[in-house]
Amino acid sequence: MAVAKSTQKARKKRQSNLPYLYLLPAFLIMGVITFYPLIYQVIISFTNFESKHLLLGLKSPELEFIGFKNYIDIFTAALPVENFNFFRVLEFNFWWALSNVFLHVPAGVLIATLLNTEGLWLKRIYRAAYILPVVVPPLVVATVWTNIFDERYGAMNQLLAMIGGFFGNPDPVYIRWFEDVKPPIPGFLPGAPLTLAYYAMMIANFWLGWPFMSVVATGALQSIPKDLYEAASIDGATGNQQFWNITVPLLRPAMIPAAVYGFTLSFNLFNFVFFMTGGGPARSTELLVTFAYNLVRNLRWYGVAAAFAVIIFIVALIVFLITNRITRATQNYQEAG
Amino acid sequence: MATMTSEKNKNPIIRFLNMNTSGQTSGRSLPLWRQILLQVICLAILASVMFPIMYIVTLSFSSKTTRPSQLELIPKEISFVAYQQVLDKPTGNPVTFNQLLKNSFVLSMGVGVVALMVAVSAAYAFSRFKFKLREILMVLVFIPLLMPAVGLSTPLYLLLNQVQVKQCADKSIVIQPIATCEDGKGKLQFNLRDSLWGVGIAMTATALPFAVWNLKGYLDTIPKELEEAAAIDGANVNQTFWQIVIPLAMPQLAVTFFLGFIGHWQEFVLTWLFLSQPEDYTLAMTLYNMTGQYANSVPWNRFAAMAVIVALPVAVVYIALQRQIVGGLTTGSVKG
Repeated sequence: MAVAKSTQKARKKRQSNLPYLYLLPAFLIMGVITFYPLIYQVIISFTNFESKHLLLGLKSPELEFIGFKNYIDIFTAALPVENFNFFRVLEFNFWWALSNVFLHVPAGVLIATLLNTEGLWLKRIYRAAYILPVVVPPLVVATVWTNIFDERYGAMNQLLAMIGGFFGNPDPVYIRWFEDVKPPIPGFLPGAPLTLAYYAMMIANFWLGWPFMSVVATGALQSIPKDLYEAASIDGATGNQQFWNITVPLLRPAMIPAAVYGFTLSFNLFNFVFFMTGGGPARSTELLVTFAYNLVRNLRWYGVAAAFAVIIFIVALIVFLITNRITRATQNYQEAG
Repeated sequence: MATMTSEKNKNPIIRFLNMNTSGQTSGRSLPLWRQILLQVICLAILASVMFPIMYIVTLSFSSKTTRPSQLELIPKEISFVAYQQVLDKPTGNPVTFNQLLKNSFVLSMGVGVVALMVAVSAAYAFSRFKFKLREILMVLVFIPLLMPAVGLSTPLYLLLNQVQVKQCADKSIVIQPIATCEDGKGKLQFNLRDSLWGVGIAMTATALPFAVWNLKGYLDTIPKELEEAAAIDGANVNQTFWQIVIPLAMPQLAVTFFLGFIGHWQEFVLTWLFLSQPEDYTLAMTLYNMTGQYANSVPWNRFAAMAVIVALPVAVVYIALQRQIVGGLTTGSVKG
């Protein structure tokens, strides 16, 4: 009896080590290539690390620890970079992500609803074609849209000229979408003026963004039990009432995580912004990630870049805590419903 | 009947919103006028979706390198000159198309496979075991996910850049930072930062936490009964893992792999930051390189052809696995 107990104990002990064994490979690798660099990053952020220190790293004799100077420089716009103001970039970054999601989600839901109409011809073809924007690499999308907003050859200006001609104004339109620094609607976003480039990017990103939301919404729509609608129409509910009282609440559990996902995606939408405007004009469309890239790749101020990355991390953490709250709230909602 | 008459008085937008959205009209077919209205809307959306795609496809079939001054959305000529040129000589440097394709493929594939293999066991541990440090370790894995790739690039650049192989004056080979030449200099043979290996390491650093998280979300949804049954039959944890969990998780393993693959295939930030040798370039980098500084110097038809070539694998994978990819992403994020 005692023997059996001790072997059981030994077995239990082995069992308790097992999870760590399963975690070992991941943590070994992450320790070297993720955690160590992250700690290194924090250390570097307190130094004046530049290109000349590249060879010896932390061992180089001229490397100085300068305390919080990098952080203070970033917050007080004391960096010798034109048109850079951290809080303006931060505000724009939040606005950019929010305004995108608020356009993409309703559009995605509406179009998914449209395609869910029974008896609609060519439904399958539409569904297949509408996913195409998601599958085109961002660089290609950005280049095509840069062309569309081109001052001289662009389709957008030609289209506007056509509309103008229709209303009796035959002049060709030369709107400088990516160069004009004057905000078309002054005071729309206090503190971070929105230039024409922002609107151009919004249009282009709308094209890119709604199809994903529409795919998610389609999946959720098809899982709504159909007898709900039958019962509602027996009770005399109009299509409109059914949409707001059945479709919308039942889509919410699926759409909120998708919206959160879309928000983080837009918040860090490096490729698209970098290729389309490069953050210009006058850094009016700069995101945190594009500026961080600029610091490493072009300016090569590694110390400042590290401090900036630490700040990005803290911003991301705050965003995560907020969005996590939102998804949690819907999970409870889902369970209650 | 009362609702029908009231509907007629409203404007078209209200009528559109009023339509039955359930996908169920209890066997009734769509009235013709509504069918036509909806078809018009669908076609308008289709046109807006196809417009940029047709633009680039049309350009790629053009034999002229200049940008058309007028908008062309349907190819006037089908010329494969641009494709041929891109395949023959994709850049100004003596790098073959096959080399670029190989770089892209090896990088995406390698990072995807390594991340997946390491991630699946970690995900299993988090999903199935209760142990002391579980919460803390889970937070640790989650932390890097909050950092965009650009944010992690600085320390990786600096650290990988310190790993260099040098040939010293006395012909001996040293590996920094383990050893250095006596005079402190030496001819650079290999810089880990400026190689596909280095970029691969950096990409794995961002891919691994995502894979762990995405797989854990899925493993949580697999019912435990099968594993319990296997345990009763005398299978130990390792056997259960290999023979029950892995086969069950196969679909999600595939989705996680392809999601990663799509991302790595288009990866630009890390590759462009780290790599400087033309023979290490990937297809995505080459594409960016072609756009250059001035719009007038861009060989537009070749750029378009390259764009189609880069986009095609991603498009095919995405369309083929559309349902699984969306499902995989949403289970991951709900649980995350």
